[in-house]
Amino acid sequence: MDNAAIVGVAQTKYERRKKDHIFADLVFDVTRAALEDAGLTIDDIDSVVTVSNDFFDGRTISGMAVGDASGGQDKNISTVSGDGTFGAFYGLMRVLSGYKATIVVAHYKGSEGSLPITTNGMFDPIFHRHLGIDAISSAAIQANAYLTRYGIREEDIAQVSVKNHGNAKHNPFAQLPMEITVADVMKSRKIAEPLKLLDCCPISDGAAAIIIAGEEVAAKCKTKPAWVKGVAHCCEEYFLGDRDLANPVALRDAARRAYAMAGIRSPMDEIDIAEVLEPFSYMEPLWLEGLEFCKPGEGGNLIGKGITTMGGKLPVNPSGGALSANPVLVAGLARLIEASLQVRGDAGARQVKDAGTALAHGFNGPCGQSHCVWIVSGNR
Amino acid sequence: MARRVAIVGTGQTYHKSHRPDVTSREMIHEAVTAALADADLTIRDIDAIVIGNMDHFESINYVDAYSVEGSGGVMKPIMKVSTGGTTGATVAIAAYYHVASGLFERVLAIGFEKNSESDTTGAIITCSDPVWDRFSYSGAIPSLATEATAYMEKYGATQEDAALIGERDRNHAMNNPYAHLRRPLSVADIMNSPMLAYPIKLGDICPRSDGACACILAADGIAQKIAKRPAWFRAAAVRHTYTWFGDSTDYNQGLVSMQRASKDAYAQAGITKPVDEIDVAELYLPYTWAGLKWIEDIGFCGPGEAARFVSDRNTHMGGKIPINPSGGVISTNCIGATALLRVAEAAIQVMGKGGKRQVPDVKNALATGFGGCFWSDVVILSSEKP
Repeated sequence: MDNAAIVGVAQTKYERRKKDHIFADLVFDVTRAALEDAGLTIDDIDSVVTVSNDFFDGRTISGMAVGDASGGQDKNISTVSGDGTFGAFYGLMRVLSGYKATIVVAHYKGSEGSLPITTNGMFDPIFHRHLGIDAISSAAIQANAYLTRYGIREEDIAQVSVKNHGNAKHNPFAQLPMEITVADVMKSRKIAEPLKLLDCCPISDGAAAIIIAGEEVAAKCKTKPAWVKGVAHCCEEYFLGDRDLANPVALRDAARRAYAMAGIRSPMDEIDIAEVLEPFSYMEPLWLEGLEFCKPGEGGNLIGKGITTMGGKLPVNPSGGALSANPVLVAGLARLIEASLQVRGDAGARQVKDAGTALAHGFNGPCGQSHCVWIVSGNR
Repeated sequence: MARRVAIVGTGQTYHKSHRPDVTSREMIHEAVTAALADADLTIRDIDAIVIGNMDHFESINYVDAYSVEGSGGVMKPIMKVSTGGTTGATVAIAAYYHVASGLFERVLAIGFEKNSESDTTGAIITCSDPVWDRFSYSGAIPSLATEATAYMEKYGATQEDAALIGERDRNHAMNNPYAHLRRPLSVADIMNSPMLAYPIKLGDICPRSDGACACILAADGIAQKIAKRPAWFRAAAVRHTYTWFGDSTDYNQGLVSMQRASKDAYAQAGITKPVDEIDVAELYLPYTWAGLKWIEDIGFCGPGEAARFVSDRNTHMGGKIPINPSGGVISTNCIGATALLRVAEAAIQVMGKGGKRQVPDVKNALATGFGGCFWSDVVILSSEKP
């Protein structure tokens, strides 16, 4: 792979409802801010990828809402319908194919839709949809499968929520910075057994943008580039009953390929910080197992041992993660932005010391069916 | 520098108004199986998949995840791109970048739509901005009807001039075993068909079809081993010039997105005289007037000259630059697959696999996509590696 880097990033503050912003307003703001971050103008950009989903936007051809706002007016442009990490992957491929710089923008307004209805639409229309299954109830099935398989306690996964909401206090973009305890999580309202309110992400509005560039443009940017070392994605079976929900095989495959590209043999030793997409608390340890930071079943122990906390061997989600703000699709791009800021040393109060190599992760589909893994580094 | 990329296999379903015998996933499987057979590959040879459709037509969220049993995407990288009517060409172009980037060797591009499961116009209405555009430009036909009226006013073109495009494409469809509407239509038939929105009559507009299309793309060095005559990408260009339908109504300018995308594509391919250098074109013409106005924007003839250019039979089979030997969109329109069918049919022409619809000695073939807010995609394929 030729050298390519993330040279500019921007996020809005994530909020429950951004009443004064339409999609185009959100995207315009982050497009401008990402260009400013990179020290580039829109004329330096020759390719645009927007990220959106017609279901969540309540609009057919949802990319149409942000064409002007993303600066795509007379440029080669396309729309990825999926998580922001996948949109960024397309942006990277365009740069590797010869474009100088691609801007990738994602937008989402959870306040304008109904997630039970739109995520019910993920499920098979003949066999499953009429059961009323949606993102939350399917996650609960997965949580039960995972907790039961390895004897993980609800208190163990509650610690993830405590950690991530605590980390969010240092992230000015986070929606829910909170000082909470395991007891608070345990006594919060039951949403779907075993998930309680504080095990679940909030509904969020927001947008994010990144600029991916080749060496030529990266050299003239004012920011330190976050070099792309490895990236891969993989999708597993569709029907939940065909899958082992406690064993994220697609994530493991994507991680192995991303590590191979990046020359990483021992992820726990060679990666300094990870930003993983965890809209539900149990997902963080489960994904860490898929990412092979530990053996299957050991993910639940990582936080108890202090490994994934700030100051631990592998701080996970210093930003507060999706539990602290989950603008769907944008949330994966936010993980990549946070990983980039960490290796740049620009993460402010949430900066992990000596973060040389960072991992970012996002997924599509029910219970993490299709995962994308990124490795970025401050060193070329 | 981008790696060279070629299409090495194509597959499509037989297109119909209604396929109650299959789910959309099974329909995708038909196209994928046909494409793999065409390239003499198995799904194990495929490194990555790009898929696209329009969410609201089948009402499936995350189609990339839903479709894996049909697409063959289990334990493979799969990505969804979606840009309205241009989706199919967008899918082909995304697959092109997958290979050109050097990250993947053999990539499957899939477009599909099961219009019979949708309220097509009901879904399309929601593409317009909910505050400004939705009440004036709802659905696909009204904006096209105003475009047609403006074109007739400016250049004195007649409804019969447009109807000739329909007659041409519907006659061409007789040579394509996969086409949905395989019944010839004359200018008189079209003139006598029911008026939908002046000046567009039933015979002027595309049908709604069920169908799927798949193409296999491969990298330089591998493509030559898979196909005897690979169809090499010489250009891929996209312009989403408009965000608001209101901005697209300066009809004196022509279809600006097509002008810009084709200019970009010709520059990439080093083409200066399109009519002389391109041997066949598969254009996304969703209604007959597009076959007049847009061939001016793409540079096949000058502004206002299209009616004459077409009536002189330059674009019929055997003409200077045959357009839509497959029968085009007027004969088959499974929306998410429609623009990929244009790319696939262009590849078929380059690969010499067109059967009764084959244009002799094709070196360069051009395909377009049209959709969204008057957006244009242009792909140029060639028998010669660039």
